[in-house]
Amino acid sequence: MIEITAVSVLGGFALIFGLLLGYTGVRFEVEAEPIIDKIDAILPQIQCGKCGYPGCRPYAEAISIGVAEINQCPPGGRNGMLALAELLKRDPKPLNTECSKEPTETLAVIDETSCIGCTLCIKICPVDAILGAPKCMHTVITQECTACELCIASCPVDCVNMMPIPQTVNTWKWPYPSEK
Amino acid sequence: MTEYLLLFISTIFVNNFVLVKFLGLCPFMSISTKPETALSMGLATTFVLTLSSVSSYLVNEYLLVPLGLEFLHTIAFILVIVAVVQLTTIIVHKNSPLLYQVLGIFLPLITTNCAVLGVALLNVQEKHGFIESAIYGFGAAIGFSLVLVLFAAMRERIIVADVPIAFKGAPIALITAGIMSIAFMGFSGLVKS
Repeated sequence: MIEITAVSVLGGFALIFGLLLGYTGVRFEVEAEPIIDKIDAILPQIQCGKCGYPGCRPYAEAISIGVAEINQCPPGGRNGMLALAELLKRDPKPLNTECSKEPTETLAVIDETSCIGCTLCIKICPVDAILGAPKCMHTVITQECTACELCIASCPVDCVNMMPIPQTVNTWKWPYPSEK
Repeated sequence: MTEYLLLFISTIFVNNFVLVKFLGLCPFMSISTKPETALSMGLATTFVLTLSSVSSYLVNEYLLVPLGLEFLHTIAFILVIVAVVQLTTIIVHKNSPLLYQVLGIFLPLITTNCAVLGVALLNVQEKHGFIESAIYGFGAAIGFSLVLVLFAAMRERIIVADVPIAFKGAPIALITAGIMSIAFMGFSGLVKS
């Protein structure tokens, strides 16, 4: 007997509240800003956060009040940006490359076939990470290089390039708490 | 009257929900980075806790106890609290957009919080009457907001402090919370509970 009462009380509760919520949902419906919905519909909805906002909807809200530019969505690409420009009657802009850039660790690498042994990069390297002698081929000591990019400008034959370091099981480490 | 005042004060300081009963730690840690948001969260909590305390008292007193269904406490309270809060949210959203902007995003966060269910269940356990339930819920929420704002103000300063790398972020926040909890133990002689 008590089981039936319990089930009917809970079921009745759920039914009454469900009906009540459904009714108030219709009765007190709030019209959202339609422009935000339209912007939101153009955005790709993958919530990557590359625009600097927590998701697509916050970015759409920021665009609608004029805080954000329309070119901060790399996944949407050029077409998405053009659609936004069309919708908002703003001028199209090239995509903001800052947004699509992912910070990767890089390393200076000397193309040893074109190095002329001028020693200019050795003099400019602040951490003495370049090894070599006049008229001899130079090379970079990978453990010492801090990827400061100073040597790139100094090279007269443009043989220094920044190469991304591929992450392996051995080189990967937890990010510092302060970088999160 | 004095009893009510004593209950109110003791709920805020002596039996503080966060630091003494350890309920509602999740919003305590996560929404406490800025005093402004902490204050909004505190207001939303005050709203939800008072509402849930009163509504669960009514359900318990006039429905569950007469029908002998006390064993349904937990599930019935969850149902009632969620429905009532949702209902109020919809009405507030329509009638007072400004208030909704202040509380809006925090209400769903706090609705299913353990502090909210805790206050309803503790009311039953301590056999509180209607007014006592309301005061208990309100006092618990004021205590929660007070601690949350204090903690947020401290965390704002901790961010610029020179903390060892291993302790940056959550660890130092937990240590601070622990020290705060110890400090609140000092109130335990203030009111007989």
